[in-house]
Amino acid sequence: MDYAAVVALQILSGVATLVIVSLGLAVVFGMMRVINLAHGEFLMLGGYTAVLAYGRGVNLWIALLILPPIVVGLVGIVVERLLIRRLYGRMIDTMLATWGLSLALIGGVTMLFGNSVTGVSAPLGNFSVGQFHVSVYDIFLMFAAMALSMAVWAVLKFTPAGLLARGTMQNAEMASALGVAPDRVYAVTFAAGAALSGLAGGLIAPLSGVVPTMGTAFIAKAFITVITGGAAMLTGTLTASGLLGSVSTIFTFLTTPVFGEVALLIVAIVLLRLLPRGITGRFLRRSL
Amino acid sequence: MIFTRRDALKTAIFATGATLAAPAIMRHAALGADPIKIAGIHDASGGLDTYGLPMIACLDYAVDEINASGGLLGREVLLKNYDPQSNIQLYTQFATEAATKEKVAVVHGGITSASREAIRPILKKFNTLYFYNTQYEGGVCDRNEFSTGSTPAQNVNKLVPYVLKNWGKKVYVIAADYNYGQITSKWIAKYTREGGGEVLATEFFPLDVTNFGPLISKIQAAKPDAVISALVGGAHVSFYRQWAASGMKKQIPLASTTFGGGNESVVLSPEEGDGIVSAFSYFQEVDTPENKAFLEGFHKKLGDKAPYLGAELAMRTYIGVKLWAEGVKRAKSVDRMEVIKALESGISMDTPAGKTTLDAKTHHTTVDVFLATCSNHGFKVIETFPQQPPADTASVCDLIAHPNENKQYIVDIKI
Repeated sequence: MDYAAVVALQILSGVATLVIVSLGLAVVFGMMRVINLAHGEFLMLGGYTAVLAYGRGVNLWIALLILPPIVVGLVGIVVERLLIRRLYGRMIDTMLATWGLSLALIGGVTMLFGNSVTGVSAPLGNFSVGQFHVSVYDIFLMFAAMALSMAVWAVLKFTPAGLLARGTMQNAEMASALGVAPDRVYAVTFAAGAALSGLAGGLIAPLSGVVPTMGTAFIAKAFITVITGGAAMLTGTLTASGLLGSVSTIFTFLTTPVFGEVALLIVAIVLLRLLPRGITGRFLRRSL
Repeated sequence: MIFTRRDALKTAIFATGATLAAPAIMRHAALGADPIKIAGIHDASGGLDTYGLPMIACLDYAVDEINASGGLLGREVLLKNYDPQSNIQLYTQFATEAATKEKVAVVHGGITSASREAIRPILKKFNTLYFYNTQYEGGVCDRNEFSTGSTPAQNVNKLVPYVLKNWGKKVYVIAADYNYGQITSKWIAKYTREGGGEVLATEFFPLDVTNFGPLISKIQAAKPDAVISALVGGAHVSFYRQWAASGMKKQIPLASTTFGGGNESVVLSPEEGDGIVSAFSYFQEVDTPENKAFLEGFHKKLGDKAPYLGAELAMRTYIGVKLWAEGVKRAKSVDRMEVIKALESGISMDTPAGKTTLDAKTHHTTVDVFLATCSNHGFKVIETFPQQPPADTASVCDLIAHPNENKQYIVDIKI
């Protein structure tokens, strides 16, 4: 019984991790259709921000939750201005450019901080479920994933900024004709996506440690989740994370982490064969 | 005489060349004839650089020491370091270059078993002597190669009895998913069974896995007395973090065949690392006069840049160079076969890691093995096992009887 509870907790935590690492990409790729291959490196920059700030005596929670989104959001503004802005609508070129950016960021961070693993210890201690011990930080991540999703939903649904963003993504020319400056909306949306990725990096830093190449471990999963999710970026990301995260964690428990990953990929492939436009291409189409 | 523009150019080029070469020529002149070229191939960048950089520092230091004491056979030793960037293809390229273009007398290098198996055949083919100075899974049987690191019969054989005696009979094994982890976990199982213990489960993890949550729950469900880890590399360090974060570190003790080989003890906080037990043929904290003298010289020369040496990889590289130099001295030549014969003559040497003896039969080494527990970013040696022979490789490999053998035996371990 206790074991079942612990397994359930692990499944939820697997789902939460997927949500956290995918949300930034959901905004940038799901909404804006920008294939950002440097998404993993945005996570990495967030992780480094957290670890470096904490190492210099910044309060742990500020280092994990406040600084990473600010820093990576600023990076996002610069990247949008210099790179992405010139390439809207040119998918292949965007891929090449962001891939180059990803390599440059890995190289730059390696040069500055070296290619070794650093990290911070997970805060909050642990608690017991019967005879099992569970890290409180895992639970914290679940709440963080929920809070982040609700925040994104609330911003898109209830704020004028969210409305402008959704309108511009749907039809930039019409939005422009109505007096919105699409350039600015795109820039802000991209920066928001980058900030979400940075926050994700800060959140997972205590679990995975940070290293310049850490992005590669997450980017494939993030893309698979967002693509499987389909057109409605938030609902899609949440449902896809729920499905893929559960399948992968359950198979990891039953067999090994290798088969956990394999199971995740198989489910994604089968789903995309049956629902080529993603989960929300068929179900929940009118959601966000 | 007409001095054309072309002549002027030629003169100029010759003069520049002579000026540039002068310091080099004069330096060699001081030590007599041509320098003896040797090569080092270690990852100075990429994912394995935490292992590679200290190894290179020790390699440089050993060569400097040799040159400062007059070189070898009156000749300077000229070291060329290659950086394969944690990329196996570059290993093969650089090994070929060192053997054919530079015609080096010996190559020291290779960190992972995969990189060793990539360059070993190349150096064999081009008749270039090869030293592999890393702790590994054992079994390489090749007269052209000398393995100076410790193997499972030396380290696992000490670690497992310690675990069974002090912590309990039920162990849970977790290992990296490539030949090192696969083979080492079999050795762990063998020694556990021989010690009257039981392996509850063995799990393998690809090198990029960072989420160990499910594993930690599974370990708790299995309720072992101890966990033995053969995890490798940067991503796997997160296991030790998550293990401590879940509070399990205080419940179930942890031993490892790999912890400390890289910079694990340095990057983890004392709360996460302290108490983990490892076995290697050297720790920087080994308390002998030889080691003290070595560290003094090493730190004096490198100052702030001196890397933490951790467990054996860097020290074995230093010893590997010294063993080779002793072979050259005895052979009075750098000819490959002469040096191999000299190295097989039973060379024994007092090193910072204790006495190291080359075994002619296996081309492995007899070494002192140390059990140590991680403590405040470093290690505390708790037990010393003097003069452990490479019994695992010796059970399958006899290069005196079969000098032409060239393979890596996977020692057959029945589980």
